[in-house]
Amino acid sequence: MKNKMDACTNSLKNSINISTDWVLKRFPMSKLWNDHMAQYYAPKNFNFWYFFGSLALLILVNQIITGILLTMNYKPDAALAFDSVEYIMRDVNWGWLIRYMHSTGASAFFIVIYLHMFRGMIYGSYKKPRELVWIFGMLLFLCLMAEAFMGYLLPWGQMSYWGAQVIISLFSAIPVIGEDLSLWIRGGYVISDATLNRFFAFHVIAIPLALLILVVLHIIALHEVGSNNPDGIEIKESKDPWGHPVDGIPFHPYYSVKDLVGVGVFLFFFATIIFYMPEMGGYFLEHANFIPADPLKTPEHIAPLWYFTPFYAILRAIPDKFMGVIAMGGAIVVLFLLPWLDRCKVKSIRYRGGIFKKAFVLFIISFIVLGYLGTQPATPGYTMLARVFTAIYFGFFLLLPIYTPFEKTKPVPKKVTHESSVEEDYTALVEAFDKMTIKQEPVKTSWGATITPVKANTAGIKQVLIQLAKKLKESLD
Amino acid sequence: MANEVVDKSKRQFLTTALTVVGAVGTGYLAVPFISQMQPSARAMAAGAPIEVDISRIEPGQLIRVAWRGKPVWVLSRTPEVLEILEKDTAKLADPNSANSKQPGDSSNNYRSIKPEIFIAVGLCTHLGCSPTFRPETAPNDLGDDWKGGFFCPCHGSGFDLAGRVFKSVPAPTNLEVPPYRYITDTQIIIGEESNKETAA
Repeated sequence: MKNKMDACTNSLKNSINISTDWVLKRFPMSKLWNDHMAQYYAPKNFNFWYFFGSLALLILVNQIITGILLTMNYKPDAALAFDSVEYIMRDVNWGWLIRYMHSTGASAFFIVIYLHMFRGMIYGSYKKPRELVWIFGMLLFLCLMAEAFMGYLLPWGQMSYWGAQVIISLFSAIPVIGEDLSLWIRGGYVISDATLNRFFAFHVIAIPLALLILVVLHIIALHEVGSNNPDGIEIKESKDPWGHPVDGIPFHPYYSVKDLVGVGVFLFFFATIIFYMPEMGGYFLEHANFIPADPLKTPEHIAPLWYFTPFYAILRAIPDKFMGVIAMGGAIVVLFLLPWLDRCKVKSIRYRGGIFKKAFVLFIISFIVLGYLGTQPATPGYTMLARVFTAIYFGFFLLLPIYTPFEKTKPVPKKVTHESSVEEDYTALVEAFDKMTIKQEPVKTSWGATITPVKANTAGIKQVLIQLAKKLKESLD
Repeated sequence: MANEVVDKSKRQFLTTALTVVGAVGTGYLAVPFISQMQPSARAMAAGAPIEVDISRIEPGQLIRVAWRGKPVWVLSRTPEVLEILEKDTAKLADPNSANSKQPGDSSNNYRSIKPEIFIAVGLCTHLGCSPTFRPETAPNDLGDDWKGGFFCPCHGSGFDLAGRVFKSVPAPTNLEVPPYRYITDTQIIIGEESNKETAA
C-alpha cells in the first residue's frame, strides 16, 4: 500500500517537474523571480518609511479591481451618470463597499505617495545614481494626479462639474493656443456630456495603462541601481566573498514578509475609514458633490480634494491668471529637477548640514500650510499667508544649488548603522515614563487587583523635556 | 555571396527614406486622431441662438438662461444703478471695456444695447466659475465700498452691474457680453448679432 502511494506521489512530482521544465525553457520565470525577489539584495536597515512603496502597489491593485467592478454599473453619460452612482450605492449588491473602497483608495493613494516622496527626500533617494528612479516616480505622481482629477468628474456632482471647469480653464490662460486647447480638451464650449465621456475613457483605459507601464519602469530602474537606505550609502561598495552586499538581505523572504506587517496595519486604518467615515468630513468626498451638476450655478465655496490643495493655494496666491498657472506648474517642475538642484554629495539627512535640515523643515511646513489654505475661502488675510508660504516653497528648491555645494556635512559611515528595534524603543519609553512619575503605595481595588498608582514628577518631566529639546536641537545642527 | 562589400550609403538612404515615410504617415494619422477630440458637429449645432421673453422681468431682477450650455444673465437695471455705473469708474480695471469681449453695439458704459437691460455670459473670465448676483449695497462680507455687482466665490473676483471687473482681482477682463438683438421690445434673441443697429 505504502509503495503504491509513493509511486503515485513520485509520478505526480515527475509530471510537475516536466511541466515546470517545459515553461522554464520557454520563459525566464525563475530568472525574473530571482532578479527581483529572491536574489534582489536590499539594505538591511530599512525602517518605517520603507513600507509605502509596496503599499502604493497594493492600493493600485485595489483601485484597478474596484474600478473594473464599478464600470460594470456606471454610465458615462451626463444624463445618467449621477443616478448610476446612486444606483451603485443603493441597489447594487455591495456596491457601496466597492465605491467607498475606490473613493477612499484614491485619498489613501495620495497619502501613501506623499509619504513615499517624503522618504525619498529625507534619505536622498533622488540622487545619483537614482535620478531616473525619481523621474519615473514623478511621472507616476503626475499620472496619478490626472487619474484622480478625471475620476472626480465621473460622479457628475456639483464639485465634479465646477472643479473640472476651473482646472480646464487653467489651460485657457496659456497665450495664443489656450482657448483652442481648452476647447479641444472639453470637446465643447463648456463641460458637457462629451467631456464626461472622454474623461471616462482616459480614467479607465489610457491613464491606468500609463501608470502600469511607469510602475514597471520605476521598479526596473530601482532594481538596476539598487535601493537606497536611511544612511544613504551604497551597499554595493562592500561585498562578501560570494559577491553579495554585506549590508544586504534578499528582498524575499525578508522584506516581502516585513511588508505584510505594513499591509496589515494599513488595512486596519483603511477599513476603519471605509466603514466608519468614508466621506472623512468632506475631505475624501465633498458634500457639494451629492448635488447633481448644475451648469448654471456654482457652489458657494469650491475647493479641490485635499491632495490638490497645496498646488491650488499656490495658484490662488498669484494675482495674475497666467502667472498663477505657471507657478502651479512650476511647483511640480521643481520637484522633477530636485536631483540636479541639490548639489550635496551626502544623501541622507542624517549626515547633512544644519542649513539643509532647517530649510527642509520649513518646506514641509509650507506644504502643509498651503494644503490647509487651499481648502479655505480666499480671504485677503489667507491670500497674504499663501503668498508667504509659496515663497518659502519655491525658496527651498531655488536656494538649493547655492548652498548645497558648501554644506558642512557629517562623516558618513562605511557600513549601515544600527536601526533601533521596537523592543529598544519600548524600553526607552518605559524609562522616560519612570523618570516622569513617582510610584505611590500599591492599592487594592474593589475587584481584587493590586495596582500601583503614580504621581507626576515635575522635576523629572522637566528633565525629559530638556533632553528632548536638546536632542531636537542637535538633530537640526 | 558574390558581392560581400556592404554599400553603406545605399543602406543609409533606405533607412532615412523609411524614417521619413514613417514620420509622414504618423503625422497624417495624428490629424484624425487629434481632431476627433474637437467639438463634434452636434456640439457645434448646439450653439444655436435662443429666444428670451423679457416682458415679465421686474426692475432689479435677474434671470438665467442657458445658451451653448453656458449660463447667460438677463438683468433689468434701475435708474439708480445706471447712475452708479456712470459715475463709479475709479475702481474698475477696464472701465471702457477696451480689452474685453462685447459686440459693437454694446461698446458703451452700460455694456448693453438698451441701458436698462444688461445681458452677459455668467462665467468669470478668470477660471470659469459662475459669479453670484449681489445687488445689495455694503453687505457684511464684501465691505462698505460694495455698490452692487457680481462676486465670484471661487477666487474672489468682483464685477460691477455692467460686468466690469474691479482692479487687483484675479479675473483679467470684464465679463463677456454675448451677441444678441431685439426682435421686439420684449423679445430678444441671444447668439445673433444685430445688423440694423450700429455701434453707439
